[in-house]
Amino acid sequence: MSWFTSTFTSSIGKKLVMSLAGLFLIIFLLVHLGINLMVLLENNMYFNKTAHFMGTNILIKIFEIVLFGGFIIHMIYALFLQIQNWLARPVRYKIENLTNQTSFFSKYMIHTSVVILVFLVIHLVDFYIKAKFIGDVSDVVYNGKEYHDLAALVEAKFLLGGAVIFYLIALLFLGFHLNHGFQSAFQTLGIDHKKYTPVIKFLGVIYSILVPLGYACIPLIIYFAK
Amino acid sequence: MDFKLKIWKQKNAGSKGKFVNYEVKGISSDTSFLEMLDILNEDLIYKGEEPVVFDHDCREGICGMCSLYINGYAHGPDAAITTCQLHMRKFKDGATITIEPFRARPFPVIKDLMIDRTALDTMIQAGGYTSAKTGGVPDANAILISKENSDLAMDAASCIGCGACVASCKNASAMLFVSAKVSQLALLPQGKPEAAERVLNMVAAMDEAGFGNCTNTGACEAECPKEIKITNIARLNREYFSASFASEL
Repeated sequence: MSWFTSTFTSSIGKKLVMSLAGLFLIIFLLVHLGINLMVLLENNMYFNKTAHFMGTNILIKIFEIVLFGGFIIHMIYALFLQIQNWLARPVRYKIENLTNQTSFFSKYMIHTSVVILVFLVIHLVDFYIKAKFIGDVSDVVYNGKEYHDLAALVEAKFLLGGAVIFYLIALLFLGFHLNHGFQSAFQTLGIDHKKYTPVIKFLGVIYSILVPLGYACIPLIIYFAK
Repeated sequence: MDFKLKIWKQKNAGSKGKFVNYEVKGISSDTSFLEMLDILNEDLIYKGEEPVVFDHDCREGICGMCSLYINGYAHGPDAAITTCQLHMRKFKDGATITIEPFRARPFPVIKDLMIDRTALDTMIQAGGYTSAKTGGVPDANAILISKENSDLAMDAASCIGCGACVASCKNASAMLFVSAKVSQLALLPQGKPEAAERVLNMVAAMDEAGFGNCTNTGACEAECPKEIKITNIARLNREYFSASFASEL
């Protein structure tokens, strides 16, 4: 076996891929949030123009493939690792560990990820596929140029109470997932240091609260204010 | 003190086990957990029944032979001790105590609560040593080692190889054990020449044995009788990456 294959099929190699893909997705979430928040602006033009740029720019289109790759790799490796983990203990304990010294969310990464995956599929159908492939989105004209009115699509969606509740629940689980995922990715990369690890852990907690909260305020504001 | 015991009984690795209920009465609060099992076994032998098989050796917390998953905790519900150092005063009088073997695919049950931890030895054989000829006794100050590294290496070296980390991990991962052995040698100049080869071989042996993968929950360090920290796992990862990507192996 070549060094490359043996590295990336080993336990630590697979964990490395998981953590890098995870950190990549963590950065993506920030970019996505930044653009999303524009929909709250009084003038929808900014959001629609940015969405148009994100949907048509060639570099972004290439990066979109990388992004989907990141999601898929994160999921496939998670599945591989999880199956191995289940197989490693064929007979379960009758009474499981009740220790409270470990992080609560760290034990439920695969469970929270299932909720996030279901959300992701519905989310893609709600917006991405509708805008990109189905095309039943109304158009608006800015300076004589036509744009998809995606802001209207978002606003229509979040006037539905059911959609708002579903998004909020999904974001809660995303927060749980990130709470462990953020600092865990650094530990896996071997980044552990007396000076920096407390900072990373703190940033992880802040990130896992603020980012889902930032996403959550969009459906909430649209539902209650518009 | 009286106790109701729910103990895992299993004839051998191939057979299906089950819980059997026992009762012990008149146990002194100063009795150690293993002595309590001894009393139970003497009673069972006296009654002509088969005693409960469990691992033990030094009974002073340094050999790593005793195991047992007691009421959901490896080495019982107390921090930084092995089962032999656990005393019955930690339990309420009349309590029901559930005793299971350490469970992991690489730790097959030999009989009842006794498990086969050869997988740990196999990983040590894969690289948990230095093969340099030591020669004569060197001068005390010939090899300089910083106090920090010497302390960290000593902390890692306090691992007794009991397998509580594997037992406590929800993934039955042996990474805390491997990381302790890798760290103990990688931190010292004597271990450096073979560091890359060691970490690659030990991780390969770990994966080969069928242990799970670490998900950084920290359950292992919470249950380790020697309080080995998961910072060692981060060091193991660093050692592994440097061996994989930077060394010519």
